[in-house]
Amino acid sequence: MLIIDCPFCGPRDEREFEYCGPYRKSRSDNMDDLSASDFIEYLIVPENPEGVGREFWWHKRGCGEWLLVVRDTKTHQILSTAEADAE
Amino acid sequence: MQKYSLYSLVRNSFTRHRNWSPAWINHDLKKSYDVIIIGGGGHGLATAYYLAKGYGVTNIAVLERGWLGGGNVARNTVTIRSNYLRQESIPFFIKSVEMYEGLSNELNFNLMHSRRSMIDIIQTYPKLREITRKMYTMDIFGSTYKPISVSEIRRRIPTLTGGGKDSRLPIIAGMVHPEGAVNRHDAVAWGYARAASSLGVEIHQNTKVNSLLKNDDGTIRGVSTVKGEIWADRVAVAVSGHTTQLTDTVGLRLPLRSFNLSAFVSEPVKPMIDVVVNCPDLGVYLSQTAKGELVIGGAPDPGQSFRRGTNQLVFERTVGAMLELFPSFKKLKLLRQWGGTVDIAPDASPIISETEIPGLYITAGWWGGYKAIPAGGLTFANLIATNTPHQLTKSFTLDRFKTLDYILEPGTTTRV
Ligand SMILES: Cc1cc2nc3c(=O)[nH]c(=O)nc-3n(C[C@H](O)[C@H](O)[C@H](O)COP(=O)(O)OP(=O)(O)OC[C@H]3O[C@@H](n4cnc5c(N)ncnc54)[C@H](O)[C@@H]3O)c2cc1C
Ligand SMILES: [Zn+2]
Repeated sequence: MLIIDCPFCGPRDEREFEYCGPYRKSRSDNMDDLSASDFIEYLIVPENPEGVGREFWWHKRGCGEWLLVVRDTKTHQILSTAEADAE
Repeated sequence: MQKYSLYSLVRNSFTRHRNWSPAWINHDLKKSYDVIIIGGGGHGLATAYYLAKGYGVTNIAVLERGWLGGGNVARNTVTIRSNYLRQESIPFFIKSVEMYEGLSNELNFNLMHSRRSMIDIIQTYPKLREITRKMYTMDIFGSTYKPISVSEIRRRIPTLTGGGKDSRLPIIAGMVHPEGAVNRHDAVAWGYARAASSLGVEIHQNTKVNSLLKNDDGTIRGVSTVKGEIWADRVAVAVSGHTTQLTDTVGLRLPLRSFNLSAFVSEPVKPMIDVVVNCPDLGVYLSQTAKGELVIGGAPDPGQSFRRGTNQLVFERTVGAMLELFPSFKKLKLLRQWGGTVDIAPDASPIISETEIPGLYITAGWWGGYKAIPAGGLTFANLIATNTPHQLTKSFTLDRFKTLDYILEPGTTTRV
């Protein structure tokens, strides 16, 4: 079980959170400039690192904020937790 | 290949079973092969076997990082079934279930195959709607899925005493899938390995592939392993869960994410459940082995993972769900638990495909891919040998992602 250190609420156990997928940039206004294949890659090709990766977690049963968690997929150790900023 | 039979068993007992010949032969690595298959799991070994048997390709090396049967082929909960939703999936899984039924004979290896029906326990109306859709589509293709009453469920599974009218989620319906089966997973790995080896396929354990190699013209050249470079014009990736780790090395980006699925096994008890019970609303399924143990599976660890352990939270949720329906199992001791890494595409359907690198083939996205080993191996062999997809898997190529033509398949444990 993970203990996620929410920047707003402090350390809470995994039960309070919902995993929301690997990190990706938010959809920008210039999406129309992307080629079809780049857009599809943006949509469906995720980060899948065997090791350290970035991912979103939603503090669903807490403050409700979205967090960007840096976590090792082999050890499950969490390296950092921050507010997921809206780019 | 030394044939296994009652006769050979009796004959070898006179020499106290000391003279059995090895099930497969170890070779020295050659510099090149016609086909390299990466991954000595169920899919890799079956592919090698069908290539050698059906297409006369025998100059094959199967390169396995660990040992045979160390991957998911022997880490899964052996549920074999064809109750899928999509018309692209159902015929493929029907074929695979049928192939399993004759496989002990074909491989001359006792897989302890046991057809025993799977019963889906339904506790919510959205799930009822989904399985009703499944039923109509399956009916078209000849896979059986029959509604049964709650009292019939309780008659067939006497230990299922929870889920009554007063419970949080009362049981509202059930479905029987008579084709549902279980068998012995080690035997599937060993049986295919032995049969492939006898046809000339080389199996190399402890041979991790570090990266794929390309020629200057962009075609596949071979692989770089812990034991040096090996070349082949055709390289097939069958590494369940670790696909992107290899394809990334040649810049091939695939829509796959890796997750941890886990299983739990109880102490052996007397026979009490003779079907596979699947409870998709609570997220738990179980069956009883020939030895008497309950084999229990649940939902995946939520985050992406390459770990082979189990998440305590998944364990608690799975066992909690099981106890809601089977309160008497409280007294059972759980003896073992483990996990495995499987990868999944956005639509939860498999990928059996050529790639943009000529000569490089992949079989991946096998979430519930144990049941798919025979037909997966057969169709992947067909693709590698003929460079055209097999009729049964022509929808499962990477092409579907170019047009975002998803084959969305709600599985038992997926969230899609
Ligand atoms: C807990 C659990 C329960 C499951 N339950 C079911 C079920 O009930 N029914 C069902 O149909 N499916 C189930 N599955 C899924 C099923 O086990 C897999 O889809 C299937 O086994 C994958 O194919 P495989 O047998 O070829 O995989 P594997 O046996 O994992 O084979 C892949 C092999 O590749 C090797 N490898 C990886 N990287 C490299 C490398 N770089 N170089 C060389 N070798 C490498 C690995 O060591 C491994 O041996 C379950 C899985 C798990 C983990
Ligand atoms: Zn919070």
